[in-house]
Amino acid sequence: MDTRILTNAPYDVEKVRQDFPILTRLVHEKPGRPGKPLVYLDNAASAQKPRAVIDAMANFMAHDYSNVHRGVHYLSQVATNLYEATRVKTAKFLNAPSPDTIVFTRSATEAFNLVASSWGGTHLKAGDEIILSVMEHHANIVPWQLLRSRTGIVIKVAPVLDDGTLDLEALARLLESPKVKLVSITHGSNVLGTVTPAAEIARMAHAAGAKVLFDGSQAAVHMPVDVQAIDADFYIMTGHKLYGPTGFGVLYGKAELLESMPPYQGGGDMIQTVTFEETTFREVPHRFEAGTPPIVEGIGFGAAIDYVTALGMGAIHAHEQRLLAYATEKLQAIDGLRIIGTSPTKAAILSFTIEGVHPHDIGTLVDRAGVAVRVGRHCAEPLMDRFGVGATARASFALYNTEAEADALVDAVRAVREFFN
Amino acid sequence: MFDDLRDLYQEVILDHGKHPRNFGKPESFNRMARGENPLCGDKINVYLSIGPDGLVNDAHFDGRGCAISQASASLMTETLKGKTEAEAEALFGHFHDMCTKDDHEHTDHGHLDLEAVERLDVLAGVREFPMRVKCATLAWHTMHAALEGHAALEGDDKTTTE
Repeated sequence: MDTRILTNAPYDVEKVRQDFPILTRLVHEKPGRPGKPLVYLDNAASAQKPRAVIDAMANFMAHDYSNVHRGVHYLSQVATNLYEATRVKTAKFLNAPSPDTIVFTRSATEAFNLVASSWGGTHLKAGDEIILSVMEHHANIVPWQLLRSRTGIVIKVAPVLDDGTLDLEALARLLESPKVKLVSITHGSNVLGTVTPAAEIARMAHAAGAKVLFDGSQAAVHMPVDVQAIDADFYIMTGHKLYGPTGFGVLYGKAELLESMPPYQGGGDMIQTVTFEETTFREVPHRFEAGTPPIVEGIGFGAAIDYVTALGMGAIHAHEQRLLAYATEKLQAIDGLRIIGTSPTKAAILSFTIEGVHPHDIGTLVDRAGVAVRVGRHCAEPLMDRFGVGATARASFALYNTEAEADALVDAVRAVREFFN
Repeated sequence: MFDDLRDLYQEVILDHGKHPRNFGKPESFNRMARGENPLCGDKINVYLSIGPDGLVNDAHFDGRGCAISQASASLMTETLKGKTEAEAEALFGHFHDMCTKDDHEHTDHGHLDLEAVERLDVLAGVREFPMRVKCATLAWHTMHAALEGHAALEGDDKTTTE
């Protein structure tokens, strides 16, 4: 497929929507009461799936399914080839230098635990410092705390400015300590939407002799990512937010780093030979993939990459940025509404509070208008504390959302204000 | 737009949510517990003053939460006053059943003050909103913990009165 032709075409969101079967459904249907069209704005939690992903998984199970990396029979080879093709696609998607630098995990969370346990467990010792930011998802906090309780590492936290931008000056001060070994930081905040200057952060970390890990769970969904251009040592992303299935995560690591790391979990598929006296392990990346992998999910993830690549990540980014600007302007005009996170570089995520109305009530009410948003702490409790809110409502946009849907959100939020007045 | 939400957000709930009664930490109390709903981050403290006769003389709460949880806590503190501990526990059992079970599944929790039962009925609408049940029951769970705490901390009033 020649993607250049497609990416140069004007972005036709109505055509894109036809690729997602779920977008035609109604919600809150009851006998005698018509349902409401679904306005799905909870994409930062998990995105909907295009027909191409659904079909790829179903077809694989119907026609090509087998376990991978073992067995000499025909389907074993077919399944292995298809599964490994996803590794090639993933490497290309992130512009990784080689498919061997791509480790498949069962989630982004597992990827964090893998790095903390395997790299952190062998390269960090008591007193070594790692730097996180206050806007990290719990998945980039708790694995390090578990490591801290085992090894005695020290966790430092880089703050954000009032608009949600990463405080680079504060980060620079934290990096003055010679004990810093790792900066593990989000590339895009799931609450604020803030996109961090990854290349700049990597340059600062490397100048201080530290490695850098980026949480791309949100960023890689909203914009093109080039792990070599930003010089990431590790980069983590997840499948289900990129329109792929659940149960699939990705860890990119520089080859020399991955090669310096012991296995994370033991089991089948990651070994060369096993005796009760000794076991030798397979090469990278398979060393980190113990047990039967999420094969069907891997096929679906490959199809998801094909799908977004055909649309063009640049075109997706441009579409979402238009939506973000549109929705931001309209929401801001609502009396008593506060947007949390107004960084100049943002992904299409809008967290907000309404004076006198708890986010949980916002969520329940707008849901009745068919609008699905997330409410709560978004797995980022320290960030809630930073902005002095117990919770927020969050609308997050995807490649299939429209201005009409942003209007539906705004209308529903206005009605919430009136309801509680 | 939200007409069919009036069962959940009745006027009484909106009123108590906006103007919660018995809100704030009282000067004296002898039972206290802190409750938290990790799902939404709501936090609540319940303060009880149990008299020598074993009756709930006073009940207060503070903390933050949605309209449902604030209204539920507010109504709870109103209905608890003058009740014995056993009656308070019975109301908790009834309230929990009301929010989570069909009528025929309700169990016997002992003597119930019917006037209180009637007042609490405005929150029965959460039964249709499984995600919101915990908002309504948080205050009651916390009250229950405050009463339980007494048994564990008997003779150690300092722990519960700060």
